[in-house]
Amino acid sequence: MNHWIIAPVILPALLAPVIAFVMRHDITLARAASFAGALALAFIALGLTVLAAGGETHVYRLGDWPAPFGIVLVLDRLSAILVLLTAVLALIVLTHAAASGWDRRGRHFHALFQFQLMGICGAFLTGDAFNLFVFFEVLLIASYGLMIHGGGGVRLRAGLQYVVMNLAGSTLFLFALGTLYATTGTLNIADLALRVREIPLEDAALVRVAAMLLMIVFAIKAALFPVQFWLPGTYANAPAPVAALFAVMTKVGAYAILRMHTVVFGPDVIATNGLPGTWLFPAAAITMAVGAVGVMGARRLMPMLAFSVVGSMGTLMLAVAAFTPQATTAALYYLLHSTLAGAALFLLADLVLTRRGSDRLSPQSATVQNGLYAAIFFAAAIGMAGMPPLSGFLGKLMVLDALRAPEHLVVGWSVILVGSLLTIVGLARAGSVLFWKSTATETTPPDTPQTEAQPTDAPSPATPLELAAVIAAIALMAGLAVLAGPITNFLEDTSTQLFDRDGYIEAVLATGHEG
Amino acid sequence: MELVIASAVGIMTAGGIYLVLRLRAFPVILGLALLSYAVNVFLFASGRLAVDAPPILSKYADATYTDPLPQALVLTAIVISFGMTAVLVMIALGAFLENGHDRIDMEREDDAENGDASA
Repeated sequence: MNHWIIAPVILPALLAPVIAFVMRHDITLARAASFAGALALAFIALGLTVLAAGGETHVYRLGDWPAPFGIVLVLDRLSAILVLLTAVLALIVLTHAAASGWDRRGRHFHALFQFQLMGICGAFLTGDAFNLFVFFEVLLIASYGLMIHGGGGVRLRAGLQYVVMNLAGSTLFLFALGTLYATTGTLNIADLALRVREIPLEDAALVRVAAMLLMIVFAIKAALFPVQFWLPGTYANAPAPVAALFAVMTKVGAYAILRMHTVVFGPDVIATNGLPGTWLFPAAAITMAVGAVGVMGARRLMPMLAFSVVGSMGTLMLAVAAFTPQATTAALYYLLHSTLAGAALFLLADLVLTRRGSDRLSPQSATVQNGLYAAIFFAAAIGMAGMPPLSGFLGKLMVLDALRAPEHLVVGWSVILVGSLLTIVGLARAGSVLFWKSTATETTPPDTPQTEAQPTDAPSPATPLELAAVIAAIALMAGLAVLAGPITNFLEDTSTQLFDRDGYIEAVLATGHEG
Repeated sequence: MELVIASAVGIMTAGGIYLVLRLRAFPVILGLALLSYAVNVFLFASGRLAVDAPPILSKYADATYTDPLPQALVLTAIVISFGMTAVLVMIALGAFLENGHDRIDMEREDDAENGDASA
């Protein structure tokens, strides 16, 4: 057993209380500790990715209890790459939060941030369905704190809605797990896969209920159509760095669907009989449409970006819903890309909005560094909309290529293509209103006192560190595009490993295998 | 006993859902608490119902026993839902003090404009 596998959970879990109790009055120290933790997490994740790239499924048995009885953590290529993505995103977001001073607008930002990382990494690594629930709760309770960080009436009310929505989701998760346990007698994912496969079709009603309940729960996290409505309000009212971090939280939902509904309720399982894909595909198509229409209709910048995240989740889940290795490869590539694109847009929005004062999409006199922000917005929007130079284009191309099956072709292609067009138009409109029309209304009325119009008189230009975070996210998107070949090869291996369900079951349930 | 358990879960879930759909924070919190009670009872039942049976195997006698795992799950679920309810009450209290009312829905975009610019 390789003990590094549990390090991404242990490290933030130990660091967070230390930051909360020891460094709560010293923001510089807390920043340093938090950043060092995230950096260490990134290196551990890199090491784990190299380890997992060997192709073996590594199992970490807590307390060395054999698999169906004890809790296991499972490291395969999928878990490793997602933990790595989380760590990299955490570094970017932390840089921005510290440089822009967001982390000192309320208490315990860094402690909550570390707990959030612990929950996300744990959810990616766990091999037990109930443990997945526990890690979901860890990441949620940290996200509640981060969501209302900084306070304010509107934000608290949006936070309240977010909490209520997710608590209802957690209840549903428990109902699903109870149903699953009552029918199969286990909650270990590998063991579940083994038992569910043996259930004949005529006894499968309860398993199907559990599978669909689980899908609804994960769909809430992934913001899919009938339950997507919490996302725009939450992201639009959350502090911008937190919204950028939340870009990976929707991916936790996507990951959970990928894992559970491939390994346990896969397309060739008799009991569920392709049921997940049947429902996921239309839901994803409508999500994409909702996102695109939302981008067109939004009158403020933050809700518009939130809707673009909804749209990208739609594209991602369209590919997931096909449940084939090729489509999963495309989905994973698009997942990596859309996380970075969403984060880049939110971080840039923060830079622009703190200087504009209001996030209304209306012409307003240009602020400092208008051209620079316009250029960065252009790059990030190109990434999000899926236009050529950056990885969004390749991601969408791969998704389209994967949806060639006749039952997916018409709906999938038309939704993605039309949705992308609407997103491009919406983002272009926002960009031109924010940056171009602003230069036309150059002169503020000179008779009004300057200090009254702007609470922070003469907004300061962004420091290099603030810009570094955004530019790093965009550079990573460019890197994804340049290195698309090797990355795609790795992701192909990843989805092959994900669909090799016997290999997974064997690795987890193998007893007497001392590592 | 099955009828009692099943109807308890059903009635509590129905009441919980009704309350969660209310407009004000207090009934919503009560509704979520009811829902968590319902799910706890449901988790108990997922290990099959047995009366007066210990949750341990005996190697000396062929005694009946009840499944211990759901009890552990319920314990975890109770702790988590307890903590979550506490957080929810605090956030709701914060929202009430900031806004002066405990309505849970958002204002229309145009009305919210003034509050936004200052935030």
